[in-house]
Amino acid sequence: MNNTYIAITLLSLTVSSFAVGADWLQFRGPNGASVTGDVAPPTKWSETENVAWASDLPGKGVSGPIVVQGRIYLTCASGEKQDRLHVLCFDEKSGDEVWHREFWATGRTLTHPFSSVAAPTPASDGKRIFAFFSSNDLACLDLDGNLLWYRGLAFDYPKAGNDIGMASSPVVTGETVVVQLENQGDSFAAALDTASGETRWRVDRDHSANWVSPTALPGKREGKHVVLLQGRSGLTAHDAMSGDELWRYDVPCSTTPSVAVSETRIYIPANGLTVLDLPKDATVPSLAWDSSQLSPSPASPIVTKDFVYVMNGVGVLSCGDIVTGKRLWQVRIGGRHWATPVVAGNLMYCINADGEVKVVELGERGKVVGTNKFDEAVKGSPATAAGALYVRTDSKLWKIARGS
Amino acid sequence: MMLRYFSSVVLLLLVGSAVAEEVDVTTLATKLKAVGPKGAGHREAIAAWRTLSKADVAQLPAILEGMKGAGKLSENWFRAAVESVAQTELKRGGKLPIDGLEGFLGDTSQSPRARRLAYELIAGVDSSAEERLIPGLLNDPSLELRRDAVALAISSAAELEQAGKKETAAEQYQTAFNAARALDQIKITSEKLRSLEQQVNIPVHMGFVTQWHLVGPFDNTNKQGFDVTYPPEKSVDLNDSYKGKKAEVKWVSHVTKDQYGIVDLNVIFDRPKEGDSYKLTDDHKEAIAYAYSEFTASAAADVDLRIGCINANKVWLNGKLLTANQVYHAGMEVDQYLAQGRLKSGKNSILVKVCQNEQEESWAQRWQFQLRVCNHIGTAVLSKDRNANKTAAR
Repeated sequence: MNNTYIAITLLSLTVSSFAVGADWLQFRGPNGASVTGDVAPPTKWSETENVAWASDLPGKGVSGPIVVQGRIYLTCASGEKQDRLHVLCFDEKSGDEVWHREFWATGRTLTHPFSSVAAPTPASDGKRIFAFFSSNDLACLDLDGNLLWYRGLAFDYPKAGNDIGMASSPVVTGETVVVQLENQGDSFAAALDTASGETRWRVDRDHSANWVSPTALPGKREGKHVVLLQGRSGLTAHDAMSGDELWRYDVPCSTTPSVAVSETRIYIPANGLTVLDLPKDATVPSLAWDSSQLSPSPASPIVTKDFVYVMNGVGVLSCGDIVTGKRLWQVRIGGRHWATPVVAGNLMYCINADGEVKVVELGERGKVVGTNKFDEAVKGSPATAAGALYVRTDSKLWKIARGS
Repeated sequence: MMLRYFSSVVLLLLVGSAVAEEVDVTTLATKLKAVGPKGAGHREAIAAWRTLSKADVAQLPAILEGMKGAGKLSENWFRAAVESVAQTELKRGGKLPIDGLEGFLGDTSQSPRARRLAYELIAGVDSSAEERLIPGLLNDPSLELRRDAVALAISSAAELEQAGKKETAAEQYQTAFNAARALDQIKITSEKLRSLEQQVNIPVHMGFVTQWHLVGPFDNTNKQGFDVTYPPEKSVDLNDSYKGKKAEVKWVSHVTKDQYGIVDLNVIFDRPKEGDSYKLTDDHKEAIAYAYSEFTASAAADVDLRIGCINANKVWLNGKLLTANQVYHAGMEVDQYLAQGRLKSGKNSILVKVCQNEQEESWAQRWQFQLRVCNHIGTAVLSKDRNANKTAAR
């Protein structure tokens, strides 16, 4: 055993020691489920209780935070035209800024005032950060902020963009990062090699605005990583390496809430909720049930255990049976929810656009067990990991954790 | 003992990866500048970046100089390398080459974004940088530096106004307005000037075209008209009449009084009035209008034609198509679409095609555009025959 080997072993131990607790690597967390099995964050907090830290942000954003190996990563945009792009890294324990990288947007930066160029939530494969923006800039950095590669997808395809704002978040599956740029101009989905940033494939999409995010199926199908692309006219499944369309399911899908998946089913925001039985191979799934009583908007559906949860456009949370589609209960949360709620333990954290947080205990009935309020708007989906809730408000990133 | 030894090895490995070295900036910069669309030059750039990001801090001005001529994509590779070099040096307690950076900042022949980055590095370690450096950059070619200078001028004017010195406050606001290229600062300064009873001419300051000849509607059923070459696209004779969507249509003159040059086609092409020789669809659905303007240039020049339009649109300069945007109802902003063209000395023709679709929603009824002519940083370029004092908008 030589010294270098021992040193590398020690280095590995040092690095792995940071990887404590579950990570939240992408929009809606592990498998895009918005669920973590971790211990739940507190149900109540205030200026003096259970707020671990609140860090100032250098710009606007409606993206959500992600959690990777003890650090929190987030994007912002600043400047009169939101053309200054920021990628930030915060220490999970202290909230201190660990590093901060800035870029100039290469694509369109107009958005509705409600949104921001920093709308897509970044994604990570545990080794790299993929920071995507409404300008269709995609920066890949290592966990210490070193640039690995940078793609300007609207630089490649100048008509790609939506002046209301793009919002689709990237997803990583295997060694591929997939982005979906559906708009009235150059409309496509593309997959890039996570290591080199080179394009693996690109497929044309409908020329209409769409804000949903690509979603990876858990595991593999016939040895392939599979990514789902949700369009206005249907859902397509693609081999993440080749882009080959494996199957297509025609149904008029929503353009804001994104599809949710489990090992055995796909939950499509279409005709309310359309649920497909997912075969173990890569063949076309079949309809299990659909229900107009379960209609997610604009937050995405959440599936945990034997239940599916949807927040509708006026802030009513519904719980449905995943086998029958029967609506089991409803509870009025109130407000408009751009942020998809997250579930930790048996608690669901629902944050409306006004920053009001309702904590719902999930069971035979939904019961609100906590009400909290941020003084700023919340539009990005929160993250939860290791008993903490990470929330991005207009000007701050918050960590809510018990005993703080 | 063994553990301490191994720990030292680990530490050396960690620190060793960040040791700075003198690198061949010229060669590396060339590789970063070669980054092109669709991943072109990517592999070489990744390798070059790794080396460049380990450059000695004294090479920062040279790296910034390497940004000259870099494209928008390449600039980001440079930026990340510069930040990495600077932050590594500061983390180990070193210093930035401030004199070199200030010298670089003062050289306006360098890349505007590189100069901005130099300023940010200086300001990051010197709290007096803004006060020392920014006021002199009021007319800087870097829009970011200019914006900061205008902001300081506005603050100074506000202090004078608060102190009751209205006359000098107005002068200072006027200075800020003249230098302002950012829309929000133009709005702030123009409002302040008006509140101090000063005349402001935003269309002239920004170069909005306000005098138009308009004709329409032509058919855009199923959005097919976007690709149809209607007669005005072939030639324009203001005395001509054409077969329109429902009837014969003729050119009408229009001078917009909107201070941001907006031409509202719904208002202009209102329901038929007595004497009009053509009829319009009631709600102007699936319709196309053309707007034509003549622009007299005192000399040939490269210019931007910047259009804001809520509808699908095309813009021609002297018969050459500069931009085509088949986007409906996805917002409208000043400078929404930028197109580069070249004015010839003398008379030039500008033609705009504005296409409305079939949507029924109340927010989808807007049928309007605004267009300005300016240089690459947004400074107005005005038609020679335009009398600024007689511009409709105030």
